[in-house]
Amino acid sequence: MTAPTTHVPQPTTHKNMTMVAAINDALDIALAADDTVHIFGEDVGVMGGVFRATDGLQAKHGEGRVFDTPLAEAAIVGMGIGMGLAGLKPVAEIQFAGFLYPALDQILSHLGRYRHRTRSRYHLPMVIRAPYGGGVHTPEQHADSPEAILAHTPGVKVVIPSTPADAKSLLLSAINDPDPVFFFEPIKLYRSTKEDVPLGDVRIPLGKARLVTHGDDVTVICYGGMVEVAQKAAAAAHAAGIGVEVIDLRTLVPMDTDTILSSVTKTGRVVVVTEAPRTAGFHSEIAAIIAEEAIEHLRAPIVRVTGYDAPYPPFTAVEDVYRPNPVRVAKAIRQVMNY
Amino acid sequence: MVQCLAPDGSVVREDLLPDPETRLELYRQMRRARHFDERGWVLYRQGRLGVFPPFGGMEASQVGTAAALTKNDWLFPTYRDTGAALTLGLPIARTLAYWRTSPHGWHMPADLKVLPFYIPIATQYPQAVGAALAERRQGTRNVAMAFIGDGGSSEGDFHEALNFAGALNAPCVFILQNNGWAISVPTRAQTRATDLSRRADGYGIPGVRVDGNDALATYHVTREAVNRARDGGGPTLIETVTYRVKPHTVADDPSRYRSEADTAGWDAKDPVTRLRTHLLNAGLMTEDSEADLLAEIAAEFEAALAEADSYPEPTPAEILDHVFAEPTPQLKKQRAEILAEHAQDKKEQA
Ligand SMILES: Cc1ncc(C[n+]2csc(CCOP(=O)(O)OP(=O)(O)O)c2C)c(N)n1
Repeated sequence: MTAPTTHVPQPTTHKNMTMVAAINDALDIALAADDTVHIFGEDVGVMGGVFRATDGLQAKHGEGRVFDTPLAEAAIVGMGIGMGLAGLKPVAEIQFAGFLYPALDQILSHLGRYRHRTRSRYHLPMVIRAPYGGGVHTPEQHADSPEAILAHTPGVKVVIPSTPADAKSLLLSAINDPDPVFFFEPIKLYRSTKEDVPLGDVRIPLGKARLVTHGDDVTVICYGGMVEVAQKAAAAAHAAGIGVEVIDLRTLVPMDTDTILSSVTKTGRVVVVTEAPRTAGFHSEIAAIIAEEAIEHLRAPIVRVTGYDAPYPPFTAVEDVYRPNPVRVAKAIRQVMNY
Repeated sequence: MVQCLAPDGSVVREDLLPDPETRLELYRQMRRARHFDERGWVLYRQGRLGVFPPFGGMEASQVGTAAALTKNDWLFPTYRDTGAALTLGLPIARTLAYWRTSPHGWHMPADLKVLPFYIPIATQYPQAVGAALAERRQGTRNVAMAFIGDGGSSEGDFHEALNFAGALNAPCVFILQNNGWAISVPTRAQTRATDLSRRADGYGIPGVRVDGNDALATYHVTREAVNRARDGGGPTLIETVTYRVKPHTVADDPSRYRSEADTAGWDAKDPVTRLRTHLLNAGLMTEDSEADLLAEIAAEFEAALAEADSYPEPTPAEILDHVFAEPTPQLKKQRAEILAEHAQDKKEQA
């Protein structure tokens, strides 16, 4: 951040918040601005969500607008589809991304196809929020990163913020988007940091990546929970005289190919980081795009730093082996530098 | 609602009482389960157990039902069904290991057909139908028993499973533990149905509602269902009406969604106390013989805890084990990466 040029105190237009508070703020603003917005899911009402993302919203906006559903993900998504068809803006919560699977039929068969199969007569302005990812020692299946499954589904958008301010403005964009959007929230980052978040209805357009650090030598492409990991690796590399450009994709669909390619054209070296399993992940798509569009600029093979082709381990003692850490990313940076 | 013992321990259905030996065994199993639950809390606070879902107050619902099985039968438990798994014979040490997030908790004994606790809701119900059907096709008289909660019975898998089991006459016993809550959502907000056992009607199979805090009653109705299934009579849905007096998990704060008044009254229905009073009144147990039993249970638990403590921590590359019978080339490469990164692990392998 740039230092203020004057010492005159400015009226505050920001508030220091965690990511989960920023998400709550965005939902509050969306509910207040548009009475077609409805929030529902397991435990989102009275309890305010298992992570408190919907805390206080039912009390403020009423049980008609923010409500608990029975425990059935397929029906949560399917009902949301019907609500969207009939003129509401459904904002559903799936309690953990790893419990999205019962709803996959509704998502793959319908959510992504409605506009196409009705020639835009109907569209689905639905948002599905789901906490995802590891790093906090959860039980089995609570730490999955299923974003590639959604990104591979035509007709749905996929957003994954990595900072409180981004979470707020991307979520508001998602809710105001005419198409279905999956909004994955990195559990690890929900409360680990705070930052100044702009007040009011602020939006970042979907499909614009964020340059987290600038550098001429290596491009590190990541999103969500992996951004802080990549940042730490980049800081270490900077200290060793290597310039690392960290790109936070922010949205996987649509993907900001321009930002990726202009960085890769400059650096010629690429590391892609994700905590999802390695085979057939979204990181492979990124690598493929670069191979197609910028291979002549590459000075080293693209390196992927990922989870592994095994279920995410709920074994506390070795969980951290699975999830990429700054050391693994730093090693990949050295690898592309030394090629 | 089927009931054998009133909350005060007096007998309401003499004709349903199991033999004395069985009553004592049910009490022993409920005590083992309760001991696990109580020690589990302490171990969690000491950092020696991970987050686990308590089941104290639901012992009759779990023990009375699982006790109707033999070791040749299948058990598909949810995360809350530690008591059921212990009753069928899952070793305490393995169970502790599971809730300690150790892979040693995933090694199920070869002489048991019990699956690791299911975390995703309802997914195991159709699987139980398949296991039951497979036993029947292979000419055995073995059955499958699956557990679910009142919340879980809203999932599609629950309904598909009941329908399949009925249509295919699978020897399956479905236990629906209605403990009043799905995390913060009370049953009345979960469904407009007020008698969940009647869901069976829609699938043409018998449904039974039983006092889930009465071990003699849960045992009686489950045994009937198990016997019917063994004899080719098909599946049964049993709703055990009970209450989750404890929080959803040891890390949950129920004051956010329910008041003390919601829970008041359930302590007076405590399943362990109920059977205890009956056994003492019937002269089947004395305070002295109970003291011996409790000492034996405590000793068994501490020995199991010591065994669980002795299980080695997993090594880094172990996270890739057991994905396929033969690791793919990709997994082999990934294993090599992990080994190279973790020098200590590498030394152990050498
Ligand atoms: C498919 C799926 N969705 C959501 C969850 C998160 N979750 C865990 S327990 C729970 C409530 C379950 O309530 P119930 O079925 O009544 O069982 P109880 O916990 O009361 O034993 C929820 C929503 C999950 N584990 N799996």
